[in-house]
Amino acid sequence: MNKTDALIIGAGPTGLFTAHQLKLIGLDCEIVDNLDKIGGQCIELYPDKPIYDIPAVPECTGEELTNNLINQIKPFDIKTHLGERVDEVKKEGEHWFVKTNLGKTFLTPNVIIAGGVGSFEPRKFSPKECEKFENKSIFYSVKDKTIFEGKTVSIFGGGDSALDWAVELSKSSIVNLIHRRDDFRGAQATVDKVHELAKSGKINLYTKYQLTNVHGGDNLESIEIKHDSKEIKTIKTDFALGFFGLIMQLGPIADWGLNIDKKTVTVDTEKFETNQKGIYAVGDICSYPGKLKLILSGFHEGALAARACFKLARPDEKYRFEFTTSSKTIKDRLGVKSD
Amino acid sequence: MTKIIYNTHDNKTHTIDVQNGLSVMEGAVQNDIPGIDADCGGGMACATCHVYVNEDWFHKLPQKDDGEEDMLDMAFEPKKNSRLSCQIIVSDELDGLVVNIPSKQS
Repeated sequence: MNKTDALIIGAGPTGLFTAHQLKLIGLDCEIVDNLDKIGGQCIELYPDKPIYDIPAVPECTGEELTNNLINQIKPFDIKTHLGERVDEVKKEGEHWFVKTNLGKTFLTPNVIIAGGVGSFEPRKFSPKECEKFENKSIFYSVKDKTIFEGKTVSIFGGGDSALDWAVELSKSSIVNLIHRRDDFRGAQATVDKVHELAKSGKINLYTKYQLTNVHGGDNLESIEIKHDSKEIKTIKTDFALGFFGLIMQLGPIADWGLNIDKKTVTVDTEKFETNQKGIYAVGDICSYPGKLKLILSGFHEGALAARACFKLARPDEKYRFEFTTSSKTIKDRLGVKSD
Repeated sequence: MTKIIYNTHDNKTHTIDVQNGLSVMEGAVQNDIPGIDADCGGGMACATCHVYVNEDWFHKLPQKDDGEEDMLDMAFEPKKNSRLSCQIIVSDELDGLVVNIPSKQS
């Protein structure tokens, strides 16, 4: 069981800056994020897209913003738990008991949800029948590539993940690569490699096809794919892999007894607290009259929620407002020299 | 104001006056038309405002750029007449545009 003053759910820009604010006022915190890397939407959706409305930063990309925030919290030792999704939040006495999908547990007076639009989950195949094969013969990521050796693998998608795996698995499996159009959006070198492998018969390429059905008993036996011209092909296959990127799902947050309106959590604008005492929501996931879904608003919300956490984490102390320019205590926390 | 007709998956038709300059996605979200999620808020980064444009209208719309086609790869059941509604900007020329909203966005 991990004990901390505040647990932050979400390692996007808002979560990172909230952590900074907590540490600055002398509280400790830990961060959990479902993605396997820090940065949230900035890294997952638009690492290369320039952002022009971060105060005092005329232009930066999602990746640069994330790196700057990581640098900003470097003076503090903040534990991050990546690749884990918070599944459970329940009251335990004066505290909140929090559990992740990997079974890690936390006890904390404060939970700050900085979850963007929820957690990123892989987009799945549309035919309903696919569900029963999931994690057996249908996968949306590859954890152990050795299971595909000598088997037939049908890979769907047109981006780097689909292409990279098609190239990699073609070394020791029979690979079908299926995509909804002729153009691929992967790196040009990989696209060229795929066409080369298709020419030499190492990859069976099916473009303008989409999955319409799957068949099999315990394991997948065949798939049906449909061409733009409506023609349907049945292909024998042992595995199907779908690489359609990630989608944001509100997920378990919906089950924590919070007031939710249109996939956002309702908060007050003094503490950014939800209807549950000690649970806050900041950034894109919170809503209140006048809410702007901007990164700069998330920074403000996180700063206020952090102050609210102080009261519950240090009930016997009084919070003192201090400036980073003049406070010796804060400078000590940052590890910088006082004048 | 321009009339945009949204057909939702429950076979209902919503005829909405949308202000020129807004996107078809914004017109849907502001008027609580179900079935458009628009998770990324119009950044062409999520493919959850996917619509099927009525065949008569599809070719009258300005062409999609590469980024939109890339995102459509990830949409739920994309078809030839698929578009991201955040990329269709409402103007007088689109008066009477009919879009069909898919059964789900993911």
